[in-house]
Amino acid sequence: MSPLDSDIAHLLAGSMVLLSFLLLYQDRMFALLNVFAFHAFALAGSVAWQAYLQRAPHLFITALIALLFKGVIIPVALRRIVVRLGIHRSIETVVSIGPTMLFGIALVGLSIVVMLPVTQAEGPFVREDLAFALSVVLLGFLMMVTRRNAVSQVIGFMSLENGLVLAASGARGMPLVVEISVGFSVLIAFMVISIFLFRIRERFDTVDLQALDMSRGEAL
Amino acid sequence: MGQLALTGLLCTPALGAVLLAAIPRYRLAAALNVSLCALTLGCAAALYRHRPEPSLYLLVDDLNTVFLFVGALVGFSTSVFSAGYIAHELQTRRLKARDLRFYHAMYQLLMFAMNLALVSNNIGLMWVAIELATLTTVMMVGIYRTNAALEAAWKYFILGSVGIALALFGTILVYLAAQEHLGQGMLAMAWDRLAASSASFDPSLLNLAFVFLLLGYGTKVGLVPVHAWLPDAHAEGPTPISAVLSGLLLNVALFALLRFKLIIAGNPHVLAPGPMMVTMGLTSLLFAGFMLYRRRDIKRLFAYSSIEHMGIITLAFGLGGPLASFAGLLHMAMHSLTKSAIFFGVGYISQLEGTQRTADIRGLTHSQPLLGWLLVLGVVAIAGLPPFGVFTSEFLLVTSTFARSPWLAIVLVAGLLIAFSALVLRLQGLAFGDTDKRHLLPAWRLAPMTLHLALVAAAGVYLPAPIVAWFRHVASQLG
Repeated sequence: MSPLDSDIAHLLAGSMVLLSFLLLYQDRMFALLNVFAFHAFALAGSVAWQAYLQRAPHLFITALIALLFKGVIIPVALRRIVVRLGIHRSIETVVSIGPTMLFGIALVGLSIVVMLPVTQAEGPFVREDLAFALSVVLLGFLMMVTRRNAVSQVIGFMSLENGLVLAASGARGMPLVVEISVGFSVLIAFMVISIFLFRIRERFDTVDLQALDMSRGEAL
Repeated sequence: MGQLALTGLLCTPALGAVLLAAIPRYRLAAALNVSLCALTLGCAAALYRHRPEPSLYLLVDDLNTVFLFVGALVGFSTSVFSAGYIAHELQTRRLKARDLRFYHAMYQLLMFAMNLALVSNNIGLMWVAIELATLTTVMMVGIYRTNAALEAAWKYFILGSVGIALALFGTILVYLAAQEHLGQGMLAMAWDRLAASSASFDPSLLNLAFVFLLLGYGTKVGLVPVHAWLPDAHAEGPTPISAVLSGLLLNVALFALLRFKLIIAGNPHVLAPGPMMVTMGLTSLLFAGFMLYRRRDIKRLFAYSSIEHMGIITLAFGLGGPLASFAGLLHMAMHSLTKSAIFFGVGYISQLEGTQRTADIRGLTHSQPLLGWLLVLGVVAIAGLPPFGVFTSEFLLVTSTFARSPWLAIVLVAGLLIAFSALVLRLQGLAFGDTDKRHLLPAWRLAPMTLHLALVAAAGVYLPAPIVAWFRHVASQLG
């Protein structure tokens, strides 16, 4: 593999980490959706590049799913939901942005420290890819923890899942990657549909999950 | 013969789901649900004697036949219980006929997903099956569409998805470790090949993988600190689903964890997975034991008891060794039977009393003697008193722990006692005291509960030699 090849792979995977950081500090719903669409585009590019490098044509399907489903359909659907529910103004965060970003940096450091030594036997290329993927996964977790709104939690989950697809496509010759990405798409579709169908807003007058906590059944 | 049984095990529930989705009449659907589950049980029983050849995707071995049989048995008796339960839900208009069609289809789909997870030889396929099982139960937990049910379903959904995502990362790492030795492709995901050759895998990758797998599948087992979905999901869904969750789904997730433990344990250079499992198991036991005291909802009470028992089982398997693993297997089977029996009783009780609040339920042994006393027996069994089978397995576990690490045994016994007294305390309020209510339930509806408790009592008094040999053999494999 030429240095240019791995540079391009690093560029694409690295831009996913950067976009994950961008997701962390968005305070408007539409901006969040746009950044997420770019996140999905970066994933599609990264997976397509892996497909080309590994001569694995089935990975192009995964790339296509990422591009169309996560890059276009889901953001458009969520945008309509956001308009319908009227929650585009601001996003409630649990922790303020400064500490969240610092914590995110610490997580990226952690994933590099954890991944690079254990994958010494693999080629340098797989190692960094995995470190990037774990960073994206952890940043996705961080986002899910720091957001209270159902829509932005789903976006956090999707960015986490993008990290997983990145890891799976980087693991050379891994079977079932396409099936797994289809499985995740089904899961995400369920989430989006359930936000909409169960009309969380109509029932609780909010998509703020804190309101859901009131109905725990223990407050009898 | 074995191939036929395996096909039947997977195809019966899969086709049944399609069929039940098309049948609008609920009586017919409920009867069909019961007979499909009976057929699945028959297939699972046949697999004990006749094993098909393992393939790259499917594998039937000693370990999963135990889980398959216990699962199919609980699935069958729950379907009998469910037939009576949903008739009442339909009368009280909590569910509509259309919901029931959906419910039955999901029930069979869940059976399919769990059977597939148990017989899969491919770690990716196992992951997909467990994801499917999660999705179907999420849908069933939210079926009442009340605020509380939606919240429980959402919480379960998000936590379950996060758990499943972690498990996938662990699975990818295991594949990476394997592909250097087994080559790229399906071979490096086949569990039997992985377990056979894990000694030559890169130990540091396996270490990392097991942490992810333990947290990921541990979420589905309901281990503390990733248990938060479990009580809500048990309390807000229909009670047959609570029974299936506790009796089956938790076991399936634990089974996935055991499969990976066997891979990891084959490599001498890897951090031993046992101590991590012991820590999580003990934490779950103690935490759930204390939480039992403050529960005001009867289904939540027993949900926390499930966390406690899953903790005990994880502890037993983490401890390892023939005796502790034997105790773990036995406890797994006994807990499934007892806890589902308790949920059958709790389902009727909450329907008859019209509430799940423990403070509003009292004097059950007066108002409905048979059901009340069966519940007393069930709680006595789950609390670990003789002559029930739970006592046998807990006793085995405590003695083997004492022999190996006395300090752990002290914590274990303390946890068991804490949970025991909490349950007895609650039971007094529920079962005894004055009440002028009288309810009568047709006796056949109590048949599944009676059957389960009879089995547990019989296992406590006398465990047949073939079962002992079977469990002992599996335990020796588990190491």
